[in-house]
Amino acid sequence: MALLQIAEPGLAAAPHEHRLAAGIDLGTTNSLVATVRSGVAETLPDADGRHTLPSVVRYTAGGVEVGESARLAASGDPLNTIASAKRLIGRGVADVKSIGEELPYEFVSGDSAVPRIRTLAGDVTPVEVSAEILKVLGGRAQQTLGGELAGVVITVPAYFDDAQRQATKDAARLAGLHVYRLLNEPTAAAVAYGLDRGADGVHAIYDLGGGTFDVSILRLHNGVFEVMATGGDTALGGDDFDAAVAGWLLQQASLGIDADRGTLRHALDMARAAKEALTDATAVDVQLTLPQGGTWHGELTRERLAELIDPLVRKTITTCRRVIRDAGVSTDDIEDVVMVGGSTRGLRVRERVAELFGREPLVDIDPDRVVAIGAALQADVLAGNKPDDDMLLLDVNPLSLGIETMGGLTEKIIPRNTTIPVARAQEFTTFKDGQSAMAVHVVQGERELVADCRSLARFELHGIPPMVAGAARIRVTFAVDADGLLHVEAREQTSGVSASVEVKPSYGLTDDEITGMLQASIDHAGKDMDVRRLVEEKVEAQRVIEALSAALANDADELLDAAERARVDAALQRLVAVAESSQSAADVEAAIKQLERDCEFYVERRMNSGIRKAMAGHRVDEFSEENGSSAD
Amino acid sequence: MAITLTEAAANRVESFLSSRGKGIGVRLGVKTSGCSGLAYVLEFVDELDDGDEVFEDRGVKVIVDSKSLVYLDGTELDYGKEGLNEGFKFNNPNVKDECGCGESFKV
Repeated sequence: MALLQIAEPGLAAAPHEHRLAAGIDLGTTNSLVATVRSGVAETLPDADGRHTLPSVVRYTAGGVEVGESARLAASGDPLNTIASAKRLIGRGVADVKSIGEELPYEFVSGDSAVPRIRTLAGDVTPVEVSAEILKVLGGRAQQTLGGELAGVVITVPAYFDDAQRQATKDAARLAGLHVYRLLNEPTAAAVAYGLDRGADGVHAIYDLGGGTFDVSILRLHNGVFEVMATGGDTALGGDDFDAAVAGWLLQQASLGIDADRGTLRHALDMARAAKEALTDATAVDVQLTLPQGGTWHGELTRERLAELIDPLVRKTITTCRRVIRDAGVSTDDIEDVVMVGGSTRGLRVRERVAELFGREPLVDIDPDRVVAIGAALQADVLAGNKPDDDMLLLDVNPLSLGIETMGGLTEKIIPRNTTIPVARAQEFTTFKDGQSAMAVHVVQGERELVADCRSLARFELHGIPPMVAGAARIRVTFAVDADGLLHVEAREQTSGVSASVEVKPSYGLTDDEITGMLQASIDHAGKDMDVRRLVEEKVEAQRVIEALSAALANDADELLDAAERARVDAALQRLVAVAESSQSAADVEAAIKQLERDCEFYVERRMNSGIRKAMAGHRVDEFSEENGSSAD
Repeated sequence: MAITLTEAAANRVESFLSSRGKGIGVRLGVKTSGCSGLAYVLEFVDELDDGDEVFEDRGVKVIVDSKSLVYLDGTELDYGKEGLNEGFKFNNPNVKDECGCGESFKV
């Protein structure tokens, strides 16, 4: 019979309706897949018991190889073995040129906007390469769970832009996987530790992998994680620790770093083994087989290891400090520090991180797997395997949310179609010296003018300390929680005074109305343009009327007889009437032209009478465009 | 009337309960659905309902509602592996016929 898992109370699925879901950590070097079974999230091994899948794809004439076998073949077949698809995904040809110089692949030059790599199996895009990795992981999950996956959550770096995120989703679609949502890697790590169910607060995620380092400061606010700041080094990781230790080994064994490849490789392997052993032992024996024969023996202590890697660890600490500053918080504000990445197993790394943040980092979950586990927990919730109170609704906000800025314009803070829950912040400032309050008008809609958008709420921030205009920093944070509830907070950064409001943007809006509002923004795109043109023409008419009136007051008595004067006045009145009442820009424009024609004789006469100085300071060129003359 | 667990199943239930952090035991039940009549229910239990019967085997509490017990009496809950997949199995002596996948059955 089928194998069953224990479900949450009341949530046992009907036969053939299991909501199978998985979380995928699609990494630069290694990838993992995890799932929740009987309430426990764990990464899934392949048939050989290996959990990590090297993110390497090799294209041969015979087909595609993914993982360990491809990785082993990389040095022998560099052109057809793609190992860094994540660094290329969602990037344009121009971006890739700068990265590509370091990569051994042969890029196809062409007019395509997407970089293509030439392989034995044809040209492939980074999206296709990533799809191969996702296919293997998706397949592993389906085999393990014994059924089709309803959906997956895939993690991406916090700094991925929209194009990189979209490309990752495209890769999943190519792999035949339904993406519930993409999750930021640091957020996934926080979810794995259950920080999303804790109190609101600020958390730091320190992610030191084999080749990359990232640190992110997250703020949990009403159950939504906001990435406050992120930073890192794409060329710093455990591999550099190994190199530092290997260098020391070679030096101790009286070998130069110019030793042959084999010896270097051997020293690196020895360095890694010694480094890992020192997590448990305080000192380990090390030995190197010498190229000239014989073996060198020595000892590596924890203290020595710390000395060797300290310069590298210090670099990560410096980055942490900068990112903490960027986030505008202090280490005292940070409640939990989550360790991610295999290199955070090192005791020295943990010590230094604990020192910086003034608290012990969270290390209970395998740092290599914590991101995949967080993704699996999220996928399980999104698949509907959790009771309602744990339920995170996956949704998008249907209309842009923003605030009113000077001149009645809308500043969009959360654009439409953003996946919720979401939190975004933007800084605003004062526009008058000593301004002590600021009105925040929250609006919803796609139109550019506040008057055309839906007003959701208004509130005021009082108590801004007196400052010159532009000096105050008022951070306005929009957070939409899983239920679509919008929380807006304005906080003056130096004094900390704040005010906030909560509103349900979709309250009272049916789907049809939302569709209607969207349609209106499209329909009105043209109409808005017409309105602006009408306003412009009316302003122009006003200018003509004023110029003509001024001229008439000046010299009409000299130049016009009573009948002519009556004709000019009548023409002027016609334009005044049209400018006042017309709703058509074309009509107003025609009326202006008509007046110009009607008054042509008067303009000519004024020119001919040589009283140019009477016209000085007036712009009368509009009267004389057609006869080509102009006034000074 | 009794429900039993194999040692493997008991160990698994215990470890799942402890990592879940709450729950008094595991519920075995049946419900009418599926392609062949009845389907099994396997859930964590946070609180007992009226009419629940509680069995204890190998230190694990097994909760069965009295209606389901008619169809489950004598069942042994087992835990096993099939390829990469692993999970719980109902060894139910009352079953006369089950669908190909074994997710639903007739008595």
